[in-house]
Amino acid sequence: MSPITTLHYLVVAAALFVLGVIGVLTRRNVVIVLMSVELILNAVNLNLVAFSRIWGLHGQVFAIFVITDAAAEAAVGLGILIAFFRNKETVNVDEVDLLKW
Amino acid sequence: MFFLEHIWLIPLLPALGATLMFFFGKRLEKQTVSAVCVGTVALAFILSCGAVWQYVHTYPGSQPFEKVMYTWLGSDTGHLNYTTHDGYPAEFKAQVGFLLDPLSSIWLLFVTGVGTLIHIYSTGYMAHEGGYYRFFGYLNLFMFSMLTLILGNNYAQLFVGWEGVGLCSYLLIGFYFHRKSASDAANKAFIVNRIGDAGFLLGMFAIAWHLGSVRFTDLNAMARSGHYRIGDPVLTAAALLLFVGACGKSAQLPLYIWLPDAMEGPTPVSALIHAATMVTAGVYMVARSNAIFVLAPTAMKTVAIVGALTAIFAASIGLVQNDIKRVLAYSTVSQLGYMFLALGVGAFAAGVFHVFTHAFFKALLFLGAGSVIHAMSGEQDMRNMGDLYHRTSITHRTMFIATLAIAGIFPFAGFFSKDAILWQTWTSEGSASLWLWLIGFVTALMTAFYMFRLMCLTFHGHPRMSHEVEHHIHESPKSMTGPLVVLAFCSIFAGMLSWPHSLGGNDRFMKFLEPVFAKETGIFTEEGKAAQPAAGKKEEEHISGWEYGLMGLSLAAAFVGGGWAWSVYRSSDKGYAEPLEAGAKPLYTVLYHKWYVDEGYDYLVTGRRRLGNVRLGVLGLGDASAWFDVHVVDGLVNGAGWSTRTIATISKWWDTWIIDGIGVNGPAILARILSYPFRLFEWGLVQWYALVMVAGLLGFVFYYAWK
Repeated sequence: MSPITTLHYLVVAAALFVLGVIGVLTRRNVVIVLMSVELILNAVNLNLVAFSRIWGLHGQVFAIFVITDAAAEAAVGLGILIAFFRNKETVNVDEVDLLKW
Repeated sequence: MFFLEHIWLIPLLPALGATLMFFFGKRLEKQTVSAVCVGTVALAFILSCGAVWQYVHTYPGSQPFEKVMYTWLGSDTGHLNYTTHDGYPAEFKAQVGFLLDPLSSIWLLFVTGVGTLIHIYSTGYMAHEGGYYRFFGYLNLFMFSMLTLILGNNYAQLFVGWEGVGLCSYLLIGFYFHRKSASDAANKAFIVNRIGDAGFLLGMFAIAWHLGSVRFTDLNAMARSGHYRIGDPVLTAAALLLFVGACGKSAQLPLYIWLPDAMEGPTPVSALIHAATMVTAGVYMVARSNAIFVLAPTAMKTVAIVGALTAIFAASIGLVQNDIKRVLAYSTVSQLGYMFLALGVGAFAAGVFHVFTHAFFKALLFLGAGSVIHAMSGEQDMRNMGDLYHRTSITHRTMFIATLAIAGIFPFAGFFSKDAILWQTWTSEGSASLWLWLIGFVTALMTAFYMFRLMCLTFHGHPRMSHEVEHHIHESPKSMTGPLVVLAFCSIFAGMLSWPHSLGGNDRFMKFLEPVFAKETGIFTEEGKAAQPAAGKKEEEHISGWEYGLMGLSLAAAFVGGGWAWSVYRSSDKGYAEPLEAGAKPLYTVLYHKWYVDEGYDYLVTGRRRLGNVRLGVLGLGDASAWFDVHVVDGLVNGAGWSTRTIATISKWWDTWIIDGIGVNGPAILARILSYPFRLFEWGLVQWYALVMVAGLLGFVFYYAWK
């Protein structure tokens, strides 16, 4: 049984990232899209923590910031979602097409 | 000095009476109304007598007494400063002030005196009429206005009274306002007077502009200072304009037309306002302005000629009228003509004297006519009268005295005043004096004729009324006959106040007035070109033989005229013949229709005459102007508007389609078209954007991995 190396972490993180991206791009429910965004962020966090084994504690500190940021982002995202639901009575991302021109 | 100091009470008392009537009259008993209204006027008469008595005794030189109450128009702060026509600084200022001099004394006495008598008479005459308090309220208001007019110390205050009497005249002519003819007559009087008033106002302004004051004492001093030359054009214009005002108020040609119609009012009103007092306001105003008039010989000539023409013109109409009050109305116009003739030839004192005597006998005639109408149950047509003398003996006798007075029979009042006028017309200088005298002389003959005709038709001959009316004939109550008797007494003796020199008298009345007019005589003789000398003083001694001759002539005229009428109408029965109608039918027709003057006014002024659909005269001219205005002026205006609108429409089209369309919207449309392919990328769906981003990312990754 070979030891768990940095590479293993990176593979797991990459897998997590791809899962997140696929979730963001394919799911229609905005709540799930937001959860997928959390997956992407956590993949990044995993990377940062993994690299901190090599280059010191900076990566872990940065990961803490990203978690905080993720919390804020989730709050804002859910706020927009609720406001949107009140107007349109839906959380289907396909029906949100206001962002043009 | 109580009466002089409290002279302001004289006009105020009737004003108080009028105010009481207007506010409380409806609730008062008739007796209370009579007591208040007769009382105020009687008290005013007593105060007037007191004031004049004190004035005569404290001012033996007859300099005017002036009591200024307060400044009414203008102020002492100099806000109304202006420069006169000659460039002198002046300030417009009119006071409420009272001026008592011989001229206003005389007016004061006979206005309040005759006014009191007529008020008393009215209590009898109007006893059975509705609106009793209204009638007396108006009468008192009239007395207030008339006294303001007389006592005013400046033209502005005089004008207030002038308008006030006009208003009261209007109200009283239209007293029976439910009768269309009465309200029409009231309107006619008011409107015609307004024309005169316009002249008066302009004359007043011209005087203020030229002389810098409207106060009589100032004006007299200035006009007599010798600073202004005789014939001064502005003063001439001012005098002529004032005379236009006098023509309106005193019923002279061509503005006399309202006075005969004014007979629609109750008879005491005709007596007080349209015979004795108000209509002499024009004479008063001209006499008051004598200092200005003598500087304007043209105006004087105009006054004399208009007066003479009015005298004979109105007398000629009076010859054939059948309404008893209308005959008297034309007689009034004619007598006013005499007064203006006197003023115009410079015989101011004689004119004023005639006003004075006329006030008594004409008021008496009207009141007598009122008494006759009262007896005749309202009938005014003399064709339906006759034989009243034994049933209304007091009325008959008093009216007979008045007739003798107006006809100029010695020694009744009219003889002295009329003779003074004729004599002074004769002696006045100027080319027309003989003609003016002749007109006055013929008028005197006519006067005697129509007055005796009136007396015969009314009181003598055969009764021509219906039995119903005849049954009701009765002498009037004491309240009516009392004033008749008093006025008859005055008609006999008033003239003797000025018993002429030539008959051994001392001319007291005229001497009393002389200080008011005396200075002009001085100016005339100094300048040496006296166009219209006052009273022909110099000739008096030389040609007093002429004076007796003329006196005899006018007496003869009175007897001839009166006797002729007596012989013709003495025993007139139903369907009696008018001698003039038999002798000169066309002339009779013309006179009967009053020279067609009212019809002429219809053609020229009132717009009642039409040619097809077009009104004639001034109103027709107005219609033509209106047509011109609507079709030509407004057409031009509308044309300008239309062309503006058209240009604006084109301009708007250009702006919308060319400026906005091509210049402003064009680039925008272009941008829109060109931007179309780029806009296709913007779906607005978040996940597509994310997909593109991921694809780009992968692209970069693969690119670098490949490299």
